[in-house]
Amino acid sequence: MSVGIVGYGAYIPRRRIRLGEIAAVWGADAATYERGLELHEKSVPAADEDTITMSVTASRRALARARIDPSSIGAVYVGSESHPYAVKPSGTVVAEALGTGPAVHCADLEFACKAGSEGMFLAAALVKSGEVQHALAVGADTSQGAPGDALEYSAAAGAAAFIFGSTNLVATMEAQVSYMTDTPDFWRREYMRYPRHAGRFTGEPAYFKHTLGATRMLLEKTGLQPKDFAFAVFHQPNGKFPMRAGKLAGFRREQLEAGWLSPWLGNTYSGASPIGLTAILDQARAGDRILMVSYGSGAGSDGFVWAVTDRIDEVRAAAPATRDQLDNGKLYVSYGTYAKMRGKIRMGE
Amino acid sequence: MSPLNPARVAREFPTRYRLEAARCDGCGAVSFPPRVVCPACRGRKFATVSLEPEGKVLTWTVIHVGPSSHKHEVPYALAVVELAGGVRITCQIADVDPARVEAGMPVRLEFRRIQEDGEAGVIAYGHKAVPA
Repeated sequence: MSVGIVGYGAYIPRRRIRLGEIAAVWGADAATYERGLELHEKSVPAADEDTITMSVTASRRALARARIDPSSIGAVYVGSESHPYAVKPSGTVVAEALGTGPAVHCADLEFACKAGSEGMFLAAALVKSGEVQHALAVGADTSQGAPGDALEYSAAAGAAAFIFGSTNLVATMEAQVSYMTDTPDFWRREYMRYPRHAGRFTGEPAYFKHTLGATRMLLEKTGLQPKDFAFAVFHQPNGKFPMRAGKLAGFRREQLEAGWLSPWLGNTYSGASPIGLTAILDQARAGDRILMVSYGSGAGSDGFVWAVTDRIDEVRAAAPATRDQLDNGKLYVSYGTYAKMRGKIRMGE
Repeated sequence: MSPLNPARVAREFPTRYRLEAARCDGCGAVSFPPRVVCPACRGRKFATVSLEPEGKVLTWTVIHVGPSSHKHEVPYALAVVELAGGVRITCQIADVDPARVEAGMPVRLEFRRIQEDGEAGVIAYGHKAVPA
């Protein structure tokens, strides 16, 4: 039985803040950050947006492309490190808003930036087992970065949703792997407002080791080589890392560009490589192969090989394209407005 | 009692989350939120239908001094939106400079946070209009 993606959707908030605006507040050299991280601006969620609202919109778009009855969805997984409630699932709101209910297995997942792909891994496996007809997996985040910290230049917001099934596929899953070790490169302790990270330790021993490890596993498992893929997308904590990982793994720039959104989007954490995949699906053609590798600190990577089917041309226009959301209708905000919207200003009682 | 009663919030999920309305079996009039008696023909039998999320601004006002729950959002536009099926709803228009709102402006409804009961209480979700 073939298993794969029946419908996909992305949501990117309209607000943006330029890196220069953040750098000016903290007395940093904007050009150094822009060059060093290959980042120019990032998305900012409005005061009325959170992981749940973005997940609902992305999921509705996935549903519009899937053209299935929502009640046929038997599992709903929302992966995020910014669930609005510490206790009470985001997934129940998403499922209720979509009208899937109540015979649904629902869980919120958390694994730093790979919580979204974790849901995809589980959703695909559940469909493959025959336990459910369709399963929804969402990766969404309104990620946090402490004021003035390097993370503040990249921590962005966005969501991607995928409905998995075994018929009417837009992309068949040819392989899935997971590569995980205990690596303390980034964390947020209970009740802490902002995460902490281990500086340069987040690079080679963390991001690169796991993304390249999962990529190697995928290539070994499938017997494929980088040249066999039309596209590849890696987790994108900044503009630089995914390009470097892709090149180290043997991919060319042309294979990486379609899903490379971070220079103008920032790091959408659990949404990062999943949103990149939606941008690729927006322009992929039947027969194209896509390699996708996420990364979550702590640390691990999920990897997938997708093969695009000819149904892609029928569903593409049923929901807004990811690049259109990234490039059009942007509302730029000042640091002050950004700080207010992100709850960084201490209010009176 | 807290300003957001969880039981009341939950009762409104079908309308707030899924825009479920009631279409009268007798005359076809659509009521949103659903009613027990049809205001057009006094019928009492209804079918559940979902509202079309696309529409246009009929009229609007700009709120400069809002309730404390909307302190982070002022000034914002509050509008009467006529949806594709003819149903009119009152809602906020998000993601727009309120000075640029005008009658006839095409909008669509998007799932948003409406209000929350402080930092520890329940969060109420629903729909707002955004420029289409």
